[in-house]
Amino acid sequence: MEEPRELWLAYRLRWKRRRLLFRALRKRRQLAVVADRTCRIRRGDILAFVTVRNEALRLPFFLEHHRRLGVDHFLFVDNESDDGTREWLAAQPDVSLWHTGESYKLSRFGMDWLTWLQIRHGHGHWCLTLDADEILIYPHHDTRPLPALTEWLERDGRESLGALMLDMYPKGPPGAQSYAAGEDPFDTLAWFDAGNYFIEKQAKLRNLWIRGGVRARMFFADRPRRAPTLNKVPLVRWNRRYVYNTSTHQILPRRLNAVYAEDGGEVLSGVLLHTKFLNTIVERSREEKDRREHFEVADSYRAYYDALIQDPDLWCPDSTRFTGWRQLVALGLMSRGAWV
Amino acid sequence: MSGPLGVVMLVHTALERAEQIARHWAAAGCPVVIHVDRSVSRARHDAFARALGDVEHIVFSRRFRCEWGTWGLVAASQAACETMLARFPEVTHVYLASGACLPLRPVEELIDYLAERPQTDFIESATTSEVPWTIGGLHEERFTLSFPFSWKRHRLLFDTYVELQRLVGRKRRLPNGLVPHMGSQWWCLTRQTLSAILQDPERATYDRFFRRVWIPDESYFQSLARLYSRRIESRSLTLSKFDYQGKPHVFYDDHLQLLRRSDCFVARKIWPRANRLYEAFLTDPSSAMKRAEPNPGKIDRLFAKAVERRTRGRPGLYMQSRFPREGFENGVTAGPYSMFQGFAELFEDFEPWLARMTGARVHGHIFAPERAEFADGAHIVAGALSDSAALRDANPKAFLTNLIWNTRGERQCFQFGPRDNQRINWTIAKDPNAQISVISGAWAVPLFRSNRDFAELRAEAAHLQAVEAAHLKVLRSPWTKARIRIWSMAEFVEAPMEPLQTILDELGSRHPARLSEVPRMTDLDGFGRFLQNLKNQGMHPYLMGDFPVEPSAPRRPPKPPRKPYVVR
Repeated sequence: MEEPRELWLAYRLRWKRRRLLFRALRKRRQLAVVADRTCRIRRGDILAFVTVRNEALRLPFFLEHHRRLGVDHFLFVDNESDDGTREWLAAQPDVSLWHTGESYKLSRFGMDWLTWLQIRHGHGHWCLTLDADEILIYPHHDTRPLPALTEWLERDGRESLGALMLDMYPKGPPGAQSYAAGEDPFDTLAWFDAGNYFIEKQAKLRNLWIRGGVRARMFFADRPRRAPTLNKVPLVRWNRRYVYNTSTHQILPRRLNAVYAEDGGEVLSGVLLHTKFLNTIVERSREEKDRREHFEVADSYRAYYDALIQDPDLWCPDSTRFTGWRQLVALGLMSRGAWV
Repeated sequence: MSGPLGVVMLVHTALERAEQIARHWAAAGCPVVIHVDRSVSRARHDAFARALGDVEHIVFSRRFRCEWGTWGLVAASQAACETMLARFPEVTHVYLASGACLPLRPVEELIDYLAERPQTDFIESATTSEVPWTIGGLHEERFTLSFPFSWKRHRLLFDTYVELQRLVGRKRRLPNGLVPHMGSQWWCLTRQTLSAILQDPERATYDRFFRRVWIPDESYFQSLARLYSRRIESRSLTLSKFDYQGKPHVFYDDHLQLLRRSDCFVARKIWPRANRLYEAFLTDPSSAMKRAEPNPGKIDRLFAKAVERRTRGRPGLYMQSRFPREGFENGVTAGPYSMFQGFAELFEDFEPWLARMTGARVHGHIFAPERAEFADGAHIVAGALSDSAALRDANPKAFLTNLIWNTRGERQCFQFGPRDNQRINWTIAKDPNAQISVISGAWAVPLFRSNRDFAELRAEAAHLQAVEAAHLKVLRSPWTKARIRIWSMAEFVEAPMEPLQTILDELGSRHPARLSEVPRMTDLDGFGRFLQNLKNQGMHPYLMGDFPVEPSAPRRPPKPPRKPYVVR
């Protein structure tokens, strides 16, 4: 029998979930359809949900990679792009696109919009919820497409897959690198921090809270509590009653956050390779600093943006060069679990 | 004219793949009897049957509903086998396979293999008490209880009924003294054995009994074959692996080489979309005939490792999908390490000396309040672990486990003391990988040698002593699992060689024979006076033991040095 306090918490979370769903329902009017190809979604298709703003540079590779993994249909929300993102996306055969000019921050960083689309189109599908600068990989991703993974998860009785966000960076100042749309970003963003992550368990939503990596090392060494959260649950077998709580870090109902083993064993997990530190980061930071549309408490991140604008070299002699998923498994950043 | 090997195929999904496999068997001259699960719609079944209509020697048998763990699977096998034996009199062996089975070697090799062993039945069959693979608690009870309810659809009824029967002590008797055997449901039986089972005058009795057994497809033929077979080879010719939950493993494209090298005849389950596997094994008749025995050893090891990884994990690893509760870590840290308290204070060159003598990585005070003093003054070490005190103190345990994990294969040593972050104390004390050596009271040496106001020194000394006393209490508690040695400073100073030798021996010294070089001890002239001054100020320094006030005074006859003691 659970303690009364646990039951009370579960009850409150249930209402929180309903509130968030209702909020998404209200915000559906903010979305204007640009290209609706959702009639092409078939039963069992794997869907991806993304909010974007000026990502013309990243999207060709992003789409290409996730198509290759086996995403059947992409549902995008475009938040006022002016770099051709919208036109480019609308022309893709496996993309449905909506547009909105409303505030990203007030939409819980795009989550309200995506939640509505998930209610409408995600029910019963395995759904990936990503940012345009996140590239999902998982053990065997080069030989086993997403359907193999999701079938295996289902047989294992799991509804969600956890993935660590791994900040990838170049050697030398990011601003000094070059990148053209469609290229493999990890030719230049070839480095990462392998062993400086710290984890605690958050009892309320039963998720792990992981921070660390290069951003903690470079920008939050004096105030680690503010370091960005790196745990995510990007892949979920969706139900229209589900909703992400903060970005894709936490999801309700909270059982979906249990993407880890506590008995000493390892379960299957993936990694989101983060392409934040492409050469556009400097310009982007300047813009974000002024827009103040990222992070809950934007002011406390001013120093962070200031540091990014300086275009520092993130590389150090103890950085690790990325060679593939096997390396990440060996380093203990993700695990194959029992998937052989 | 059909061949001597008949294949019974049980099919329920991925019908396109099943068709491909059936054609493959048939092309080698094997008659095939296909059973399609009743839950497959009539339309799909008919389309499937039509698609195979052009192939000779493929017959469809009466359909049953096959739910996992129920009698349907046995009934389906019986019906299909009866059809096989009746329709194809040339058949000498019947191979039971599924739609997800893939022949790995040319069918002719299998036919030859069986022809060389005409009287042998290949069926895994072990008595229930000796099999480790039953998962979920039902062992002998599979036979002694009855299971009329579906596990898949009516779990609650299933469980309740099991509990109820246990409560009343129900024990069904096996008919005619049959001994229950279990094994893989994929077998290959000779015509004699199979027909003896199917035509047994007592078959109705057996069927009635097994109808209520749990997972009868793993025990019906396995038990009855024991009655009739002349020669049982208790293994399956089908390579089939199960995970730690008892679910069959799936093979994907990247298993190609592994499957090739296994020399098994048939493998399951194959992922229906593993195009490369189907292409490789079905289209190219490839290599010359091999006479090799099936050798699934390598696959067995791989899968055993996976089970180990899933259930025990990698010791000392904390990550996004492995975050053990306290007590379930299977190793708090990834490998052994040493913590030294008071040594760097008492010896002037302890760290370089230790590094020279052992080849270990010797850090300074990695839990120091200013920064983590990594070896050689490094600011970042393996894994890009930073020396920032704030980052470290946000989660000291993660800092330590990261350091040890990142440097797997290289022994780590570090200094510790009462000035350092004490939040790590319990973690280290409870870690069997930790080797802790403490010279208690040695924190007083830097105070003694410093040039600060005495009042300040006195306050600091009192504070450090209280902190170290609390730490020693932790180290001496019954919950510690580390290897711990504690000397008082006075004790250590009197005979330093023996403890140093012991420490080096444990670390695996480079010069195992004798201590060739010792670290230089700080000049302690006047230390006794310093302690006396502290006492005179009303403080009570006791952790360092007794030091005479006047070093020039003739020493008392030395006590025999106390042996260093090991706490656990």
